[in-house]
Amino acid sequence: MSSFKIFEIAGSALTAQSQRLNVVASNLANADSATGSDGEAYKAKQVVFEATPAGKDRSGGVRVSTVITDPSPMRRVFEPKHPMADADGYVTMPNVNVVEEMVNMIDASRAYQNSVEVMNTAKSLMLRALTLGQ
Amino acid sequence: MITKLDDAFRFHEVALNLRAERQQVLASNIANASTPNYKARDIDFAPALQQALAGKDSGGMRLVSTAPGHIRAEGQGSTGSAALQYRTPAQGSVDGNTVEMDAERAQFVQNSVHMETGLTVLSMQIKQMLSAIQG
Repeated sequence: MSSFKIFEIAGSALTAQSQRLNVVASNLANADSATGSDGEAYKAKQVVFEATPAGKDRSGGVRVSTVITDPSPMRRVFEPKHPMADADGYVTMPNVNVVEEMVNMIDASRAYQNSVEVMNTAKSLMLRALTLGQ
Repeated sequence: MITKLDDAFRFHEVALNLRAERQQVLASNIANASTPNYKARDIDFAPALQQALAGKDSGGMRLVSTAPGHIRAEGQGSTGSAALQYRTPAQGSVDGNTVEMDAERAQFVQNSVHMETGLTVLSMQIKQMLSAIQG
């Protein structure tokens, strides 16, 4: 039945958006991590979305094609007493833009809600179709 | 008798199939609301329905006959490939995405209500036929 495709499409959006939320959570949690396992400051990550064509270029879902490392410059903070400070007294801090991440988070959560709504509507329509002729 | 039943239900069958397909296209638009360069698409319902009712599908889903005994089902109005058109955005965005969530949501709800109406009418028709049969 073709309506099941809607669950696939909306489901792919749920997966993609929750991965985006995960990345946002990671960025926000590490907004002040001056050092990581590699000894360097945390670098912000961003997801890249990609539409998945489904059979003969008809309607398709969405997926995360790659997670890139944010190329924006690292934040330099003057803090001579910090153990990670360099010779000039500057500490390299993560390039996480907290405001941008919050906006990202709101956008992802709204998109997630929209997809849930789509699923609910499709579900109620399918249940309606099941009661045909009763 | 069977063809009469078929004729009675055929319009709603075709219309509901088309509605389901449009629902899928709109779901796809909503799913790709944040995908860069994604272009929102939609089905122009009235011409698509006319085309489907006339039995002219442009090579989408159709019954394949794999054995000589199979009955060829031509002109049965399958709606496998209604023409998809690109939506013209009211406000374009910098990343090339033309999905406007408010418009998509409005269309999605409108399509759902139409589909619900179609299902209700079809259900009533079935009841009508049943009462004609059972007396």
